Parts: sequence; structure tokens; C-alpha cells
Amino acid sequence: MTDVLLGLVGFGIIFLSAALMGGLAVLRRKSSPAFREIPAFTHLRKAIGRVVEDGTRLHVSLGRGALITPQSASALAGLTLLGRLAELTSAGDQPPIATSGDAAMAILSQDTLHTASQASAQGTYDPAAGRLTGLTPFSYAAGAMPAIRDENISANVLMGNFGVEVALLAEAAERANTFTLAGSDNLAAQAVLYASAQEPLIGEEVYAAGAYMDAGPIHSASLTVQDILRWLIIAAILAGALFQLLKSVGIL
Amino acid sequence: MKFKGVFSTVIAIAFGLLVLAGYLFGGMPGGKLSLLGELQLFILNVAVLLAAFAVLIGISNLLIVHTNKLRRKQKGAGYSAILIIALGVTFLLGLLSPFIPAAKSLFSDVFLSVQLPIETSLMALLVVTLTYASIRLLRRRLNLLSVIFLITAFLILVGTAPWPFLGDVPILSDIIRPIIAQVPAAAGARGILLGVALGTLTTGLRILFGSDRPYGGKNG
Repeated sequence: MTDVLLGLVGFGIIFLSAALMGGLAVLRRKSSPAFREIPAFTHLRKAIGRVVEDGTRLHVSLGRGALITPQSASALAGLTLLGRLAELTSAGDQPPIATSGDAAMAILSQDTLHTASQASAQGTYDPAAGRLTGLTPFSYAAGAMPAIRDENISANVLMGNFGVEVALLAEAAERANTFTLAGSDNLAAQAVLYASAQEPLIGEEVYAAGAYMDAGPIHSASLTVQDILRWLIIAAILAGALFQLLKSVGIL
Repeated sequence: MKFKGVFSTVIAIAFGLLVLAGYLFGGMPGGKLSLLGELQLFILNVAVLLAAFAVLIGISNLLIVHTNKLRRKQKGAGYSAILIIALGVTFLLGLLSPFIPAAKSLFSDVFLSVQLPIETSLMALLVVTLTYASIRLLRRRLNLLSVIFLITAFLILVGTAPWPFLGDVPILSDIIRPIIAQVPAAAGARGILLGVALGTLTTGLRILFGSDRPYGGKNG
């Protein structure tokens, strides 16, 4: 009975989110909403401009979240950003490179870069641009560090599921004197990135990347849905706390 | 969108919905699985098999990247040569290990004597990297949040570490550290995790809508 109830509650939340997202996406096809400014994304746009002007490269690291685990969501958000950034840098001399610590994610990054290359002026696609650098946390970091150092990179985007090893990547980017925007769904990685990355993203800011980089109305709609659900959760927590308080003093 | 794109999108949405339905309505009283639950389990098992095959493709990609580096005599090509040799040797040992016991023991020795110490060394290097990053933080972003971050990290570190001749630090270890860890840090962590969960939900929904198509096709 509890399983069925939980299933129905879950279905209700998902259905509500989907309905809100669909409705808001349709409403926002003509007007784009104003979001609070996240300086990291403003600086990323400037860094992309420099990549195109200098003829340098952009590096996107998608972390090591396996596709069949919940940790893949942040990497999927990173993939969306990779697609958008590949479009924005399509006028540049060199296509972006993507590194990941999960094989399926590496294949998806190749597919994303391939799609973006078809839309670009050059239309050239290098399968080695989307690569798997290692399958364990530190081998992944050790494999991605030379890419940051040796491949004429001027901007790094580290977005996905990382552990504390992400500090090595941020440090490599700092040593190469490049721009770094970094975000993760992992709490320890977020703390480490706050100290080591030039532009850290905290909490759900990772999932806002698509909306801030104009990836489409559905992205800004999903950001609004997150805000609505957050307020509902706050209301539920406060109601729960009030209920417990009233129960403990004997009113309920 | 071409036919290939439509086909992959339909497959992804259909299987995504089936797995989601399995999670929500797959359980039955007595811990048994309903038909949806069985179907979800089957799809996930197939996905695990495909992911294992993807590892082989990923390793081939790694080999191609480093062979290209070696062929073009790029910077760090020597390391690429070492990687290719090590990859070949361990792959061969892995293939032989089910049949030759000596290869099996050598295979685990390679992991325990090479991979593990190197990764542990990188972990040790991380301590230095983080200490340096913390010092640099004040130079890069001198604001109230950075100061609070560093003071909190320092208090937690001092309050957790066992000090020689002293053991725990009075007041700090038994009062201040638990309060910081259990009240503001736990509340903040839960807030962040709730945000991450909501972000995960909306990312999943965008995939189910077919609006984000990382498997081929333009997003939007």
C-alpha cells in the first residue's frame, strides 16, 4: 500500500512538473524571462568570444557520472552546454574538445560535437575531440590534465559529476592561465571548486546553464519549474515543522 | 530532424517512460515485482550490457587519441607511448586471466602495485593543491563568503584532527565543531541537495520530452 502511495505521489510531482514545463515553454517562445545574474555565465560568454577571436580551443569536461546512474543528470546538463558552446564557437578555427570519465558519456559527447559540426561553417568533425580519458576518478583527472595544458585551450568548462579530484583539473587550468567555469552535483566537489575554480557554480546553478546560454525556451521553463517546486518544498517543510510543533505542545 | 533522429528520439522517450513507470508502479505487496517492474529490470540490464560494450568503444577511442599524438609527435608523446604499451599489456593479461592463473595474479599485481599507488599519490598531491587553492582564494575573491568558508574549514579541520599529546581540542572539538557540522553545514547541504534533485528532475523531463537529445540531433 505504501509503495503504491509513494508511486502515486511521485507520479503527481512528475506530472505537475511536466505540465508546468510544457505550458511555460509554449508561453516563452516569444518572450525570454529575466533571470538573476550569475557572473560565471557572463564571464563564460566573454571567454567564448576570446576563444573565437584568438583561434584557441574550448575544453568541456563532463565528469565521470555513469549514464545509467542518477549522477548522469549533471553530465547531461553539461552535454547540453557542450552542444550550445560548440554552436557558439563554430566560427572559430578549432572545434571544442570534450573529456569524460564514462564511456557512454564520451560517445554522447562525440555525437553532440558531430551534430554541432554539421551546423558549423567548416563542417569538419574530429572523432578524437570527444574522448574518454580514464575510468577511475584519478586516472580520469590525470588523462584530462594534459588536454588542458597541451591543446591550445583558453577556456575550460568542468560540468558533471566529479569528486575531489576535480581540484587537480582546476589547478591545471589555473596553471595554464585559462578561464575556468566549474560545477558539480557532488557536495565535496562543490566545496573544492569554490576554493580552486575561477568561476564556481553552486547547487542547482549547474542545471541553469542551458537557460543562461539561450539553449531554448524549454530550458528557461525548466528553471522556473525548479523555482516553483522549491517554493512548494519550502511550504511543505514549514508546514511539517509547524505540525510537529503543534503536536508537541498538545494542540493537535 | 532526419528519420534516424526521429527513430532514436522515439526509442529514447518510449524506454525512458517505461523505466520511469517501472520505478513508480513496479512494486507489488510482498516485495514482488509487477510486469512494469520486471520490464524496467530487463531494460536496465540491457542498458548495463550496452554500457559495458561502450567501455570497449571508449578504450578504442583512448587508443586512437594517443596513437594520433604519437604519430604527430605532439608534446607528451612519450607518455602516450607508455599508455599504449600499458594498455596492451593489461588488456592481454585480462584476456588471459580466466585461462592462466599466473596471468590472473599478474593482472591484480599490476593494479595493486602500479595503479593504486599512483592514484594514492595523486590523492596526496590533492592536499597540497587544496591548501594552495585556499590561500589563493583570498587573493582571487576577497569577500565575506570566502572568509566564512576558510574559517569554517579551518575550525572543522582543527576540531577533527587528533592532536599529539592533546587529543581533542577542548570546546572546539566537542561543542563548536559538532554545532557547525550538524546545524549550518547540514542545513546548507540539504538545501543544495534539494536544488540538485530538482535540477535532476527537470533535466530528466527535458530528455523525456525529446527536447534535449544528446543521442543525436539538435537540442531545443
